[in-house]
Amino acid sequence: MNLAALHERASLNQQVRVFFAERKVLEVETPALSQAGNTDPFIDSFSVNTPQGLRYLHTSPEYPMKRLLVEGAGDIYQLCKVWRRDESGKRHNPEFTMLEWYRLGFTWQQLMHEVADLLHILIPHLQKPPRFCSYREAFLETVQLDPHLATEAELSACAQAHGIGFSGDMPVQAWRDLLLTHCVEPHFPTDQLTFLYHYPATQSALATVQQVDGQAVAERFEVYLGAVELGNGYQEQTDSAQNRLILVQDANTRGHDIPVDERFLAALEDGLPECAGVALGIDRILMCRMQLDDLKQVIAFSWEVA
Amino acid sequence: MATYGSNDLRVGVKIILNGDPYTVVDSDFVKPGKGQAFTRARVRNLKTGRTIEQTFKSTETHEGADVEDRDMEYLYTDGENWTFMDSSSFEQLEAGATAMADAVKWLKGNEKCVVTLWNGVPLQVTTPNFAELKITQTDPGVRGDTATGGTKPATLETGAVVKVPLYMEEGEILKIDTRTGEYVSRVKA
Repeated sequence: MNLAALHERASLNQQVRVFFAERKVLEVETPALSQAGNTDPFIDSFSVNTPQGLRYLHTSPEYPMKRLLVEGAGDIYQLCKVWRRDESGKRHNPEFTMLEWYRLGFTWQQLMHEVADLLHILIPHLQKPPRFCSYREAFLETVQLDPHLATEAELSACAQAHGIGFSGDMPVQAWRDLLLTHCVEPHFPTDQLTFLYHYPATQSALATVQQVDGQAVAERFEVYLGAVELGNGYQEQTDSAQNRLILVQDANTRGHDIPVDERFLAALEDGLPECAGVALGIDRILMCRMQLDDLKQVIAFSWEVA
Repeated sequence: MATYGSNDLRVGVKIILNGDPYTVVDSDFVKPGKGQAFTRARVRNLKTGRTIEQTFKSTETHEGADVEDRDMEYLYTDGENWTFMDSSSFEQLEAGATAMADAVKWLKGNEKCVVTLWNGVPLQVTTPNFAELKITQTDPGVRGDTATGGTKPATLETGAVVKVPLYMEEGEILKIDTRTGEYVSRVKA
């Protein structure tokens, strides 16, 4: 256990709270255990047996926070523990701390700047201004192909040409993910933030989708320091029918092992205000602040010894 | 045999990949925000010793390799095969030249070796870290010359050739580090 990390974490949490207090963003708490879970095909929830039936540990406080937005809570943030099954490694711990916030009337571009402001406070050695780069530009720069147009064969040939040892078939998006993690992310500068935006529409989750240069892209960004992904922000999709469509499609893909959050969907029918929202991984931010490279060094007791 | 999910590919886990047994040297979990999760591993081929990087989908499963390390005593060779004995069960088995590789240079008999077996067949033989062997041939040295640090080749009783200090003579016994093939010290007879 790293005692210095305990102190750094406490002071980081305090800086987060001061940052939002100054901006009049309200701190909220929502349930960690819910009757419905996250239906995202690539995120797995833990379930807990309770006398009232199965409940799911939240993988992010997104749904209940959006219900609060519908209720008129205004700008809100939450600093809480979240859980994701089977995510364990140098930069993953199945239990981790998330900072999530929503800004009414913000565009995703405004939100990126607010994220940068906060991260420059939390990671004081960051000197250079952030870099903003579209998903397409990042791929063109590093692997010389257009991720939106490349076919499965072209993507797999590109992976092979870059010496990635992988055998098997995958859908186009998984090949993009492979190239992103193995070739694109390692090129991000280690001395400034990189904001990657305009993901393929297949990666939109609950973000709005726009046509840009003939491609349907998600108004969504991820923020990195070097290859370390720190957070994920959206122009939130406010159309309730669209939200329902995505959740139901995801549940179909998963084989209905997780119930769709009907309370969330019902709330959206009352009208989610126009907003942008973002979730940041606090443990990774702490790791970057302390210039360490393994999450275990900043978590009091990691998954293996918890 | 055990099967492993990609998340179980921790250091030391042995799996079959393209028909060969591999051991995991290092692994990490990678996942883009909303996308496919992967396990990125460095794995060493237990037959060739070559290390490669391999990425697996997190949902894949892998067949475990039935690899076992056994403490065995080296008995003798007929020139093609090398015979080892399990000191507790007295079971004997033969390793071929490929499994022996460099190990043959350090064995004269009765050494305790580690024999790595795959499906019961020797894959690799690891000798003790140090061997004590007699010089059978070396050019006459320069007596008293201990300061210049020069070396000359010497042939040992097992046929191995090592570099030794100039003052060493035929009949002397040396301690050799078998991992590097380097002379360590003279052993008093």
